Amino acid sequence: MTLKRTADVVVIGAGIQGCSIAYHLAKSGIKDIVVLERSTICSGSTGRCGAGIRAQWGTEMNCRFGLAAIEKFERLHEELGMDCGLHQGGYLVVAFEESEYEHLKESIRLQNSLGIHTRTVSYDEAREICPGLSAEDAVGFTFHGRDGHADPFLTTFAYMEAARRLGVDYQRFTEVRGIRYEAGKVTGVETSRGQIDAPVVVNAAGGYSQHIAKMAGVKIPNSSERHEILITEPVEPGVCPPMLISFSRNFYIQQRPNGSMIGGRSPKGHPQDYGLGVSWDFLESMSRTFVKLLPRTRGVRVVRQWSGLYNMTPDCQPILCEADEVKGFFLSCGYSGHGFMFGPISGELLTQQILGQEPRIPIMMLHYRRFEKGELLVEPAIV
Amino acid sequence: MNEREEEIVICRCEEVTLGEIREWIDRGYQTFDELKRVLRVGMGPCQGRGCREMILRELSLKTGKPVSEIHPGTFRPPSKPVKLSLLAAGGDT
Repeated sequence: MTLKRTADVVVIGAGIQGCSIAYHLAKSGIKDIVVLERSTICSGSTGRCGAGIRAQWGTEMNCRFGLAAIEKFERLHEELGMDCGLHQGGYLVVAFEESEYEHLKESIRLQNSLGIHTRTVSYDEAREICPGLSAEDAVGFTFHGRDGHADPFLTTFAYMEAARRLGVDYQRFTEVRGIRYEAGKVTGVETSRGQIDAPVVVNAAGGYSQHIAKMAGVKIPNSSERHEILITEPVEPGVCPPMLISFSRNFYIQQRPNGSMIGGRSPKGHPQDYGLGVSWDFLESMSRTFVKLLPRTRGVRVVRQWSGLYNMTPDCQPILCEADEVKGFFLSCGYSGHGFMFGPISGELLTQQILGQEPRIPIMMLHYRRFEKGELLVEPAIV
Repeated sequence: MNEREEEIVICRCEEVTLGEIREWIDRGYQTFDELKRVLRVGMGPCQGRGCREMILRELSLKTGKPVSEIHPGTFRPPSKPVKLSLLAAGGDT
């Protein structure tokens, strides 16, 4: 397919962010949108993620994003015309330290004040939610039933298909090599297949967003960490109905609707070499976590392990804004491991910002200038 | 293509038929990895041992590229399914 020479908007990256932004822009009536992807659709962080969706967060911003995203996920099949594999079995958060449990209870007060009905549950109740759970050393549990997970591939493809029906042009195997700008305004992009003139360019490049920002002369403090994950053969449903997660012990375990179980944790030292390799260490420590927490998974077989990049910011919250230095250059990156779950809402909010409207959830505080000013919004609840 | 051919199961782990594979290739999912993401072909316990060659051949027929020029998709460890209990024991079995 030939590459257009001009567009109204160029979106860089065809993960959940790029696909959601392109869809929301097209739905708002923007006609000429091109999405550029250096590889294939959903080949980066989105397609490698743990698939969780939650409103159990420790900052007001993330709670608002999480709840709004859940509301969007609950209607996504209807809106986009494709099943996105949504499973709402809740997030069962396990606390292993008293201080951690106190923090979680503090977060529950915040969550409850924002309409998120998280509650503490006893060990007995936790074992009703997650039969076979073995966590005698836990000090407490919290649970929010509307949390869960969805299929990152199907969700991204659903946005892409819906955007295509609205006329959005997707270009695979097209790498951005430069951002063109003049007198503080973006004028287009240079790619491996030619130039495109455009007054609006969106950086949704996930693990590579700091490189794209640099091409526009915009400095952001993002870094990309490798995190690892594995999946088992499918087993009968009900082995792990909720997303089982611990922040202090650094793991999450869930079971997809097809019966496969997914488990992830971050390797020691958080390698930042952009490599996507896998380690024996992870395989062994994740397997130990599985059989300790869910002893009946002992005989379940691991079929695959892989890794992906978390695009981290200093406060583990995203950058969602227009650049100060280059008008028309927008950023949606730095999701720090929760970009998939926020995709539906961040795409809508950035679209409102691009169209000059007031985003329905204020995003001023997600500008990257907060890092220089020292106004960090540190999120404690991540794996 | 006759109906019986469409119903042939190509990926036995995820029960995906030839008809479905052809339909999604026609919709623009023209690499093995994209078909894997949308249909789960090659994601089951056999890791594509049963279906990969057949899917690459279908991609070749539809795109006109020889099989040798079509990316076979990513191969990931462990190459055969291994029980969690064995992995958890590490070297101490």
